[in-house]
Amino acid sequence: MLFVLAFALVWEGAKWLGGDPWRLTAIGYTHNPPFQVLQFSDRQLPHLWNIANAFGQPFQRNAEYSLANYLVDQALFTWSEALLGFAVGAVIGIVLASIFVHSGLLERAFVPYVVASQTVPIVALAPLIVVGFGRGLTSVVIIATYLTFFPVTIAVLRGLRSPDPRAVELMRSYAASRWDVYRKVRLPASVPYLFTALKVAAAASIVGTIIGEGPGGVPQGLGRAILNFNQQYVTGPEKLWATIFVAALLGVGFFSLVRLVEVLVVRRGGRQAA
Amino acid sequence: MTMERGVPAGEHAAVHLAGINMEFHTRAGDTIALADINLSIKPGEFVSLIGPSGCGKSTLLRIVGDLIRPTSGVVEVNGKPAHEARAGREYGMVFQAPVLFDWRHVEANVRLPLELMGMDRNRRDARVREMLDLVELGGFARHYPYQLSGGMQQRVAIARALALEPALLLMDEPFGALDEMTRERLNAEVLRIWQQTGTTVIFVTHSIPEAVFLSTRVAVMSPRPGRITKVVEIDLPQPRNDITRETERYFELVTEVRESLRGRHGEADPPTQTAASSGERVRAEGSIG
Repeated sequence: MLFVLAFALVWEGAKWLGGDPWRLTAIGYTHNPPFQVLQFSDRQLPHLWNIANAFGQPFQRNAEYSLANYLVDQALFTWSEALLGFAVGAVIGIVLASIFVHSGLLERAFVPYVVASQTVPIVALAPLIVVGFGRGLTSVVIIATYLTFFPVTIAVLRGLRSPDPRAVELMRSYAASRWDVYRKVRLPASVPYLFTALKVAAAASIVGTIIGEGPGGVPQGLGRAILNFNQQYVTGPEKLWATIFVAALLGVGFFSLVRLVEVLVVRRGGRQAA
Repeated sequence: MTMERGVPAGEHAAVHLAGINMEFHTRAGDTIALADINLSIKPGEFVSLIGPSGCGKSTLLRIVGDLIRPTSGVVEVNGKPAHEARAGREYGMVFQAPVLFDWRHVEANVRLPLELMGMDRNRRDARVREMLDLVELGGFARHYPYQLSGGMQQRVAIARALALEPALLLMDEPFGALDEMTRERLNAEVLRIWQQTGTTVIFVTHSIPEAVFLSTRVAVMSPRPGRITKVVEIDLPQPRNDITRETERYFELVTEVRESLRGRHGEADPPTQTAASSGERVRAEGSIG
């Protein structure tokens, strides 16, 4: 909360010092900032109250929807895509980690490629995926999945390796199978690691979806809104800023949701959530 | 002196070790950890392995438990090769750390081996309650490990080890990390449990008083290569209690074990163990993994 306030103060402070002149007609007050900094002009950096105001206005000329209404719809659409990518990515991550923990050979063979996959910028890859899988939901979900599976793979692999070697010895003394060791020891031990990764992945899946929506040619979603408002920036810079804020809120919201599930699950398991 | 203790014909020894040798091959060089270990343990005996750090006593315990294979030699448990005994779930193990699963409460930790065995729910729950009563933790079934003291955690580990009614209980310095008071109390408790259950126990320790107080026999080991240099019969009467620790015979036996340990090395007390024994374990795993 304090941070939001400080953020707003810095924002408007910069405009106070270097923005465009403005007047409060009601009391006939005119403010002339002492400096003129291009980046702080009304077009580059709109007043926060103008952005707030834009939420209440129709999102485009003659539209029945307010911008707020429109953006919430787009955010929910984006979230539904991100959630799908997040879920698929998490499952792929858990499966990969489970394979790697049981086969040093496969791990050595494939982990370098898993890492390499993440060094390719997603903006470069997104158009290729769209070419391959066609415009539409599939491509967007694949892009979100692509950003999600990596942190999950690495963290869960670490989690599956986290049990005390003596815990594994103990299981062997009970003639437990590898499946038993996996099911009863490794998997539960990896849960805290999994949630750490899922929190990273939640934010990443939103980013991936928004980036994917551009070349993906999906008619809805925050990515589409960002592209549209980008084109209309000259006439309404507030709309793009508003969309960015909503995208950030969506990321924070998704993150918090995962955190909430973590607290519920891990608390029930008797561990204090880290 | 003879290492073998006569086992009547037709009756199997609980543990029979013959000509055990163990070598570790690492990049740093070869180590002979154990050389020509021969030992027979009768059902219901309580045998301690004692020796300075690095003498291979934990390694020997792991060989008996079929967690590592010796380079050569015969390991038989109840007349069967060790791997068959392990497959038949005839072992209970307790380590220096309790190794409890922190996401399971006490009851579920004790239940784990029974789940692996596939015992049905009713018998399982009854058995768990019985075990928790045995270690006097009946009131803590729903507690999580982090809510218990170190001594209580170790008692949970003992309950878990006994849940399968193992023919053989292997304990690797189970009380090494506990304070002296707790340790003495748990020693008394282990004796009581041993008498109640009649299980055979092999107990690794580097505490001479602990070994003498608990055991029917103490096998004294020398380091590098690890050998059993002497087996001391502990003829203290049962049941043993705090008074036992103050008897003349107890002190004589402590002295005898201490002198056997000193034997070739002139060391009064074995040095502390922890670091070396974990190093031992890492090497052991490296060589079989």
